[in-house]
Amino acid sequence: MAGEHSSKQYDLDLEGIRSKVLLMGGLVETQFQDAITCFRNGDIERAEKVIKSDEEVNRLEVVLDDTCSHLIVKRQPAANDLRTVMATIKAITDLERIGDEATKIARTAKNMHERGIPAGLNHYDIIRSIAASTGDMLHDALDAFARFDKEQAKGLIAKDKLIDQEFALILRSSITFMMEDPRTISAALDTLWVAKAIERIGDHAKNIGEYVIYVVEGKDIRHTDYGSRQS
Amino acid sequence: MNMPLTAPIMNESAAAAQPAPALETIIDIEGLNFYYGAFQGLKNINLKIHDKKVTAFIGPSGCGKSTLLRTLNRMYDLYPGQRAEGRIMYRDKNILDADQDVNLLRAKVGMVFQKPTPFPMSIYDNVAFGVRLYENMSKGELDERVEWALKKAALWTEVKDKLKQSGLSLSGGQQQRLCIARGVAVKPDVLLLDEPTSALDPISTVKIEELIHELKQEYTIAIVTHNMQQAARCSDYTAYMYLGELVEFGETDLIFLNPTKKETQDYITGRFG
Repeated sequence: MAGEHSSKQYDLDLEGIRSKVLLMGGLVETQFQDAITCFRNGDIERAEKVIKSDEEVNRLEVVLDDTCSHLIVKRQPAANDLRTVMATIKAITDLERIGDEATKIARTAKNMHERGIPAGLNHYDIIRSIAASTGDMLHDALDAFARFDKEQAKGLIAKDKLIDQEFALILRSSITFMMEDPRTISAALDTLWVAKAIERIGDHAKNIGEYVIYVVEGKDIRHTDYGSRQS
Repeated sequence: MNMPLTAPIMNESAAAAQPAPALETIIDIEGLNFYYGAFQGLKNINLKIHDKKVTAFIGPSGCGKSTLLRTLNRMYDLYPGQRAEGRIMYRDKNILDADQDVNLLRAKVGMVFQKPTPFPMSIYDNVAFGVRLYENMSKGELDERVEWALKKAALWTEVKDKLKQSGLSLSGGQQQRLCIARGVAVKPDVLLLDEPTSALDPISTVKIEELIHELKQEYTIAIVTHNMQQAARCSDYTAYMYLGELVEFGETDLIFLNPTKKETQDYITGRFG
């Protein structure tokens, strides 16, 4: 992208960070897909796997933050290097939170199973669409970050708005079900928490998109209406 | 990959809230070319140095930054075979003109060098030397001026009880501040600092950098430095030079966070290849 540093070690340090971030991204993407699957089919073993794998995600967060600190103190990065390191530090946090949200989904699935609520298409149907949209969005965010693709990143902002709208729909229809039949309240609430966790993952994916734009354009677009102004 | 780096780094809503203060130009360099004999050391430099701001010059060895600094007070006059062409406008006059009073120029545009160069005389006389050349003062007034200059250079409390001691008896950092006091004593407009802390330890360096920050309230400062972090810390504007040309000039924050030219970015990020 920007050419090699005169210090080979600097390039190696940066590459080390990059590969760990991609590893972390892959892990949380798998966590999310597995969590949705076990919500759909009640596969408790898979739920346990998701919960356990969060340990590795958390470990990577700590290792990466430390590695970035070392890079800053040793190399005093400037310009695009500095923006890349800052974006990485922030993206790590969002990735770790995605892992946490996926873990919540898995725990909810496990919990519903333990309470004897049958897994089934009923609950899954409610979140099927938002889960698919968010899964795509997460994949795009990780892809955009890996390649610092600002066009792909820009697309994420609009996609997040759609996910927010989907969640609002789910909330309204869940309230309707609960009012019609109070026996569904327990399962409906659990499904709602799952939908909320998915919506939060969408937010985190959007954040990662904002960091990509920061690295590429040098523009901090957080809390602006950048997404609605760009076409 | 050529990154389109066009927008300012600040969050846009924050940037909109602060109006930019008016900038005055104190030195206007226009079409400056400089020659060491047949070798051209500076090529068509166009640059405005803003009043009461710190302008840093960075670039690899041989890029012309010290050469440029030395044109601003005609220091190159001392060396035969070196010549400058073009215009350097200061106080409505082209200082490159033959009828420029260079001694007066060098009082108004003072210089501090990398290696501290106190005169082999007392601390007091070091500071008073230039003042005596230009101004007719009573002893009392001169004492006041010397004290004032040493205070400006943050050196007074350390030397006030030993003004008669030789300037050479001071530490490196103190000698450098003595040279700054000497420059300030004759009430310049501009101070040119040529790698002022390269020969100093980290603590002295910090003291000089703090001093630069105070001095810029009243003086325009141009500083040449190899230390990019120093340029990022101390200056308001930064000029990146390479092989005698001015590659990029702009606000320091932008240059170090989001430069416009790839060459600038390569230099400040250590991609020298």
